[in-house]
Amino acid sequence: MTTLDPLASLSLPGAGVPPRRVLPKAVSPSPSRHTAGSGLGPYRLFVVSWLAPVALVVVWEVLARAGWISPQVLPAPSKVLTTAWKLTLNGSLLLDLGTSLLRAAVGFAIGGGIGFALGTLVGFSRLAEAAIDRSVQMIRAIPFLALLPLVIVWFGVGESQKIFLVALGVAFPIYINTVLGIRQVDPKLVELGRVRNLGPIQLIRRIILPGALPSILTGVRYALATAWLALVVAETIGAQSGLGFLAMDAREFLRTDVIVLAIVLYALIGIAADSIARHLERSLLAWHPNYGDRR
Amino acid sequence: MSRAPAGSAVAASAPSRPAVVVTDLTRAYGPRVVIDGLNLVIERGEFVALLGESGCGKTTLLRALAGLDPVDHGRIDAPGEAAVVFQEHRLLPWDSLWRNVALGLPDQGARERAAAALSQVGLGHRLDDWPRNLSGGQAQRVALARALVQEPELLLLDEPFAALDALTRIRMHGLVKELVARHRPGVLLVTHDVDEAISLADRVLVMRAGIIAAEHRLDGSGDRAALRLRLLAELGVHAESEPA
Repeated sequence: MTTLDPLASLSLPGAGVPPRRVLPKAVSPSPSRHTAGSGLGPYRLFVVSWLAPVALVVVWEVLARAGWISPQVLPAPSKVLTTAWKLTLNGSLLLDLGTSLLRAAVGFAIGGGIGFALGTLVGFSRLAEAAIDRSVQMIRAIPFLALLPLVIVWFGVGESQKIFLVALGVAFPIYINTVLGIRQVDPKLVELGRVRNLGPIQLIRRIILPGALPSILTGVRYALATAWLALVVAETIGAQSGLGFLAMDAREFLRTDVIVLAIVLYALIGIAADSIARHLERSLLAWHPNYGDRR
Repeated sequence: MSRAPAGSAVAASAPSRPAVVVTDLTRAYGPRVVIDGLNLVIERGEFVALLGESGCGKTTLLRALAGLDPVDHGRIDAPGEAAVVFQEHRLLPWDSLWRNVALGLPDQGARERAAAALSQVGLGHRLDDWPRNLSGGQAQRVALARALVQEPELLLLDEPFAALDALTRIRMHGLVKELVARHRPGVLLVTHDVDEAISLADRVLVMRAGIIAAEHRLDGSGDRAALRLRLLAELGVHAESEPA
């Protein structure tokens, strides 16, 4: 790995790696670069970056065990883990988790599809822009969570209410970034397409959509965050299953361990969604100087 | 050419057809007439350079020949395919070099044709590289390969060397000369550079007030230094006072 790098022997003198020949660089999955000026290798910096969070959890654990924090205020991290294990074993956690993920996915697909379709239409056609854009912008001015009471009147507190809310939150960021992306495509490249006699479908496929993709993917990342927020709110208001239900149900019995578990799971899934989106950006935008893996 | 596509042999056997015939072309932006009844014939295999001050209409003429701008009045007959190399390389940053060169070609055999064109400009070893890893000169060579892979009968060059450094420009001149001699399209090179025009072209045109105001054939026997001074004078630059 780092033995190929002439700097490695300088900055990691005591790493204890015996000198040996490491052939293909492709063996190391992560870029092994040294951060200039730190005096520490990437591995040590990584360790340092985790010191504070781990210390915080340890302090929390100690205080909770010593009884300084009442379990009804905040349970010990170990208690949350045990609860997670128990709920996993009896199957209810996976069921709730699955329900929440399914709602998010369906809402995202519907809202994203509508946002992308409208955005593409408006991006290409000034007429569509005149017809659609003002209405969309007016609806967008409403904080979508403010619609919640109305949505409950329309749909009750069933699945449709949650999916509708997620779709609503997703549609706008996708719409806006799709329009923006299409409008930002370099007109000189579109002109090139005309010189090469590309038909309209080829022009869209080879030039306009790839040019709009960075912006569309930014929209996807925003939309993932809104989707998750919408889901938390919708599930907290009224649900018979899902992570939000798990937390609200636990509230009735002052089961703070279950509540904290639900919160942590929301956070973890948010992180996972964002890293999936970033992975998409890196692989789809490998050509882009700001995204792709450096050679 | 090592792997000659069938098209080049067919096209070369019909040298009588001009690459483009422009008859009484007029083009105006509102009340401003930019091209005013211009006539021009470019034969296949002929290299024509078009000089003129900024705003004299030479880029407008090139855009009209490329089919990018509508024709107000007159005719442009370009029976074969026309290819353009712009001042900027205009490579698609999201496509590899070979896909850039193959843009608009039928899928069948596209990669092979692109590879052949790229090796002609000395980049045959970088088919799958991204445009962002190229220098300015290399990017412009890819743009040239992209134009030539179409086997165009008319090659339109819109100041393609203007943004390059002096040494790269000289290398590009040699490459263009060689490739044009091989593919024999009719060439229209729009440029500001009198020396570039003299070194590359068979015929140098000076455009002024929307028409071809002067025309010079370079048959190899003429006095190039004298022609240079004359062209400069026709462009409004009086170089006599300058030290040689």
